[in-house]
Amino acid sequence: MTTRPLFEARQLACIRDDRVLFSGLDFQVQGGQVLLIEGPNGSGKTSLLRILTGLRNPDEGELVWCGTTVVELAALFYQDVAYVGHMNGMKDDLSVTENLKFTQALAIAALSIDEGLRKVGLDGYQDTPIRYLSAGQRRRLALARLLCTQKRLWILDEPFTSLDKASIKMFESYIEDHVAAGGITIMTSHHDTGLPAHIVQKIELRP
Amino acid sequence: MTTPSLLNAFLSVVRRDLILAYRHRAELINPLAFFVMVVTLFPLAVGADVELLRRIAPGVIWVAALLASLLSMDALFRSDFEDGSLELMVMTPHPLSVLVLAKVSAHWLLSGMPLILITPLLAAMFDIESDVIGILFITLFLGTPVLSLIGAIAVALTVGLRKGGVLLAILVLPLYVPVLIFASGAVDAAAAGLPVSGQLYMMSAMLFLAITLTPWPTAAALRMSLS
Amino acid sequence: MLPWLTALMLALLAYGLYGGLVLAPADYQQGDSFRIIYVHVPAAWMSMFIYMMMAVSGAIGLIWHIKLAEIVSICSAPIGASFTLLALITGSLWGKPMWGTWWVWDARLTSELILLFLYLGVIGLYNAIEDNRTASRAVAILALVGVVNIPIIHYSVEWWSSLHQGPTVTKFAKPSIHIDMLIPLLVMAVAFKVYYAIALLLRCRNELVQREQGARWLDEILEEK
Repeated sequence: MTTRPLFEARQLACIRDDRVLFSGLDFQVQGGQVLLIEGPNGSGKTSLLRILTGLRNPDEGELVWCGTTVVELAALFYQDVAYVGHMNGMKDDLSVTENLKFTQALAIAALSIDEGLRKVGLDGYQDTPIRYLSAGQRRRLALARLLCTQKRLWILDEPFTSLDKASIKMFESYIEDHVAAGGITIMTSHHDTGLPAHIVQKIELRP
Repeated sequence: MTTPSLLNAFLSVVRRDLILAYRHRAELINPLAFFVMVVTLFPLAVGADVELLRRIAPGVIWVAALLASLLSMDALFRSDFEDGSLELMVMTPHPLSVLVLAKVSAHWLLSGMPLILITPLLAAMFDIESDVIGILFITLFLGTPVLSLIGAIAVALTVGLRKGGVLLAILVLPLYVPVLIFASGAVDAAAAGLPVSGQLYMMSAMLFLAITLTPWPTAAALRMSLS
Repeated sequence: MLPWLTALMLALLAYGLYGGLVLAPADYQQGDSFRIIYVHVPAAWMSMFIYMMMAVSGAIGLIWHIKLAEIVSICSAPIGASFTLLALITGSLWGKPMWGTWWVWDARLTSELILLFLYLGVIGLYNAIEDNRTASRAVAILALVGVVNIPIIHYSVEWWSSLHQGPTVTKFAKPSIHIDMLIPLLVMAVAFKVYYAIALLLRCRNELVQREQGARWLDEILEEK
């Protein structure tokens, strides 16, 4: 008997400005897997991710999380979802700690803020306002959000933008840890990932 | 599994917005300055006749408050929309309408409250009697939150648009009419020595209706603007 | 269906106008100028009816994601706005001989004006949002908010002032209007409804064709013609 998939997409379709980006898209992801979404620019990767987060409604099809459709789960779905999009979603005028505290206040805390910052190499920046951080540091902070909250499904849109090689490697190891603990990561990336092939499932979107 | 507390979330949103506003405290003056200036324009336009001014003062102050509130509305969701934190706020296990209510509350504390506090000063400039000032005060206290709550719907509808400004005014102003009518009606009645409890009850009713009903369409409109 | 509806509308319109302008007796107070109500009153009724239609179909579109309902909703807006404008213009034309001024700040005229603003908001919002589906949803939300507000606005404006003569037709039990005047009025109302149906169908067809450009069923129909 096969295990029931944790996250499942059935016949998803996305239409944008009268153009069909994709249709009839199916996939199933178990806990412990990374789903890598590939495809050239404009093939609908970001739209797909936004559909998976529930920010956008699919034009057709449905999403199922733990055997229940996302539409039925509504807000409950977000107990399990963490999303890092193109924008970091941080307030420039708040300090690093204030930003993470706010994120934790709206979710369930996992690592402490200091611990999370140490893991992404931002220890010592606790009281720095975001506006003084470099693009790479901001990205690392956005990723620290994932470590500081307890979510099973990570949805990451180009998480490695403006990160250096060492940071990418470091973060890939965190993705592995997350997945090894039974979580799921769904991501897009232009970079070749160094993730072990046996945990990675790939979807190719064609324009 | 513990669910994160809703009250805690509400308070964090309010606190965050207050801290952010404090970091830009110079900008807090703007709606207030606008309010005072608009009110000042009227004597310049209609002449310095004390009797006439006293008669139109409540209406003038209310129209100015309405415009000032409209002007500051646009900022309600804009920065959160632009830096992506609005997306994250939608993606929390809490009902979005409650978070919306938190944002509107913070916004009202920062934009509505100062207007109310400065009104006695303006009323004195128009030589309004002190018990009428009291009624004016109460109407502003009951009415400006309604303006913020109704305005939030229209802001949520237009937040994704680049040229939202004028459109926002067109969407919002017709909906402001009842508040304006009852508020200035109450002040006029008070000035004429008539009882005002009817109008004040109506305004309280509108406030409670607005608090309970408007967060839903605002939340729906935000979801729409994000998709 | 369109030619039939058009014929029906023309017939009703002709009868209504003839009955209203020629057959109905002149009002003993207002003389012949009351005859403008044959346009004014049905237009005012339609302006509210269409707003309701817009909100209801908008809600249907919002809840069940039915494209056609969204289209009906947005296509109703310009028609409704025109009826509102018509009601306002005829109202002020009537006001000139009756009140001696083009515009009086009375309750129903003011409500009607605010209704026009609401329509303008809906149209403005729809045009401002590029994506059609998103725009339809925005319009639906706005129309629903408006519908909840209209009674409140109406009531508050009513309370604010009333110079207008009391309603004369809604009291169906004992209408204070002569039957010879009433029948053409109702006929005109039906004629306006049929006009709305025609305009709506035409607009919806347009909108549908534009939205579904490139859809296969559309190409097939076009080829048949």
